[in-house]
Amino acid sequence: MESQLGLIENSFDLRYSKWVHDALDELPDSFTITDPCIHGHPIIFASNGFLKMFGYSKNEVIGRNGRIFQGPETDRRSVMEIREAIREERAMEISLLNYRKDGTPFWMLFRMCPVFSKEDGRVINFVGVQVPILRKMRSSEMTLCENRVGIRESMFKCCRREVCSDSVFDLGHSSSLESVSSYDDRELEINEPCQASELEKTKATAAISNILSVLTHYSELTGRMVCRKRCCFLTGNGQLTASLNISLGRIKQSFVLTDALLADMPIVYASEAFLKLTGYARHEVLGQNCRFLSGMNTDPTSQFQIKKCIQTEQACTVRILNYRKDRTSFWNLLHISPVRNASGKVAYFVGIQVEDGCKNEEDKRALRPETRQLSVVGAVKVAVRGLSIRAAATSTS
Amino acid sequence: MMLKIKRVPTVVSNYQKQEVEGVRHAGGCGRNCFRSCCLPGAKLPLYAFKKVDKLVSEKGLVNKDPPVDFLDALLLGEWEERMQRGLFRYDVTACETKVIPGKCGFIAQLNEGRHLKKRPTEFRVDKVLQPFDENKFNFTKVGQEEVLFQFEASEDDKVQFFPIAPIDTENSPSVVAINVSPIEYGHVLLIPRILECLPQRIDRESFLLALYMAAEAGNPYFRLGYNSLGAFATINHLHFQAYYLATPFPIERAPSKKIITTSHGIKISDILNYPVRGLVFEGGNTLEDLSNVVSDSCVCLQENNIPYNILITDSGKRVFLFPQCYAEKQALGEVNPELLDTQVNPAVWEISGHMVLKRKEDYEEASEENAWRLLAEVSLSEERVEEVKELIFEAICCNIKEEDKAGTKAVVTSTESNEDMDAIKGSHPAMVPV
Repeated sequence: MESQLGLIENSFDLRYSKWVHDALDELPDSFTITDPCIHGHPIIFASNGFLKMFGYSKNEVIGRNGRIFQGPETDRRSVMEIREAIREERAMEISLLNYRKDGTPFWMLFRMCPVFSKEDGRVINFVGVQVPILRKMRSSEMTLCENRVGIRESMFKCCRREVCSDSVFDLGHSSSLESVSSYDDRELEINEPCQASELEKTKATAAISNILSVLTHYSELTGRMVCRKRCCFLTGNGQLTASLNISLGRIKQSFVLTDALLADMPIVYASEAFLKLTGYARHEVLGQNCRFLSGMNTDPTSQFQIKKCIQTEQACTVRILNYRKDRTSFWNLLHISPVRNASGKVAYFVGIQVEDGCKNEEDKRALRPETRQLSVVGAVKVAVRGLSIRAAATSTS
Repeated sequence: MMLKIKRVPTVVSNYQKQEVEGVRHAGGCGRNCFRSCCLPGAKLPLYAFKKVDKLVSEKGLVNKDPPVDFLDALLLGEWEERMQRGLFRYDVTACETKVIPGKCGFIAQLNEGRHLKKRPTEFRVDKVLQPFDENKFNFTKVGQEEVLFQFEASEDDKVQFFPIAPIDTENSPSVVAINVSPIEYGHVLLIPRILECLPQRIDRESFLLALYMAAEAGNPYFRLGYNSLGAFATINHLHFQAYYLATPFPIERAPSKKIITTSHGIKISDILNYPVRGLVFEGGNTLEDLSNVVSDSCVCLQENNIPYNILITDSGKRVFLFPQCYAEKQALGEVNPELLDTQVNPAVWEISGHMVLKRKEDYEEASEENAWRLLAEVSLSEERVEEVKELIFEAICCNIKEEDKAGTKAVVTSTESNEDMDAIKGSHPAMVPV
């Protein structure tokens, strides 16, 4: 957990500078900022408004995933929609039941928006805004009320006992509300889906706008600029590759993805573990062919073996001498496999590095390193096929 | 008169042969199978799962590390290993697949190699419960190399993994095996208590095992499915199927409308805006509660000779139940010949919106309209579904959780007990006609 918190602080400050915290703290809204590239897709910033609304302290929230605010009555389909929006890197808005620290549930309008790197079009963060839905309304009453002036009052007037009869319980129970005057949101029928009003939606839009302004501004200070839309034109596999970041971030092992459709097969993805193993920074390896890992004493036969496998689109394992950035060497039990996209053709090669001689003492009961290595192949194959399946729909057959 | 249809069965094992009824095979084999001729002394990895107490995600502060994706890694790693060993009949990732444009997002795959052009076998489709037949193909006849690991509940409260464990025949192991004609990456078969040679029928224990597997894998793109006899199960040996597909299934995106909540907190809803009518079960205080409500519903359908399919999604948090009647319609000659030509047998995956197509023209011309039309044929009529729902609700003795609008909740306690259930089981007539 320690190193993860360090990663979080690092990534946030490097991108936006340490002054961004103060600027964000000045915004009154409830919102969170997450980093999809860190394992577990954790929250890296939570506003004071958020902490107040949910009843948590900052330490309890930073580093955790948003699912901790869900509970037994949270609609699973809505959770799935959020998950898909994240995977597809698009903005979305949904009414969702969340839970405070004390266990009480409440409805809120959740608006989420990706933040893209201006340089390479990758998603850097997701911003999530939470606007509480204070008056529970059925959607049919919504339109009635919105047409009137003075929304607050009319909302109250609309919610009369007769109007709010519940037709969901079609088993002969009358389920009118007992009292209209005490509109405590604790009395909300949490099983009944809840619609946000225009007022709440407007609040959400404004909040997102403000937050993005702050982030854009502060990213200019560090030179690592962000923007609201993907403004980078990505060719070939490019779009798919950028989207893979979120899916591949789940995998803890050292591996790289090379683009089979580009000349000289450059690395288009490198895991944190790979960077740690080799000592390079991400920007130093992206765009390079893997051969930079080889050095003076690397056996050219192994390199040739790799080349052959790639040409014949076969999987292979070679034991090859590789070099870190500091020029120290290590024996790499490298496994390479072709990875196809939804069209059925090879789109990438995945290379998974296992440092030979590096035995995990504690785990006789753990998976064999070979199984772990192959599981990365499987995970990458599933991710690539799944993500490209939608792209396949839009291309002409 | 027995209702039958002709089908070319899917080859799920490299040791599966066209079984002709009445032909006896010479005992013993040298094939390294799962029977007494080869099993003694055999070893397999054993994954012992922790019995999860809570179904729901933890609220509030929990200072634990996120769960290691152990089962996920084991499944993917072992499957890929078999892949590289050449045990599958084809590389499923080389099969083109796409999402059909439209609101539902049906998924189509062009797979010309899944079905061999063998002569069709006759399948009886009018009885959901049929006794196990040793002469037909069953999973004890698969090669041991096709079995990936044993899957059991752990003795204590944590996950245990034994890379090499003997297969304890006394202990009635459950195993996970590959499907050599995969629909998607990672296509496996979960075979509860394989050596007991149970026929294809759900009971509380076996369904709970399947639900645990979904929860344990913890991957929303790893889904489990079940086909009863008469709903396109081809092998009468108890098994569930599972595979990975990292995109939402149309059924998962369909809206639902709550019917009731049981006293254990299971929410049962109607599926809306979807060509196949069915129920979705979710929630519950524990995994076991959800499991029991669903399996009791299945038992009810089985007792009433109603074929059905089950889909387990959302890491075991949502379960779909579809009663169906297509096979019988087919046998009675009531299905549109155009639909029959596509040779799509609507089992659980097809019903969920994932269609494997054998002919290129069907793949090229696949449309939301066609898919909807096919699945609509599978669905029971509205009246019929209401009857079925009544049967189910009666059987699970559920009580409505009353939501008192004054703020206090009055929960009617359940009289759910095994004795009650047995009493009800005996009182229903057999086949209810479509």
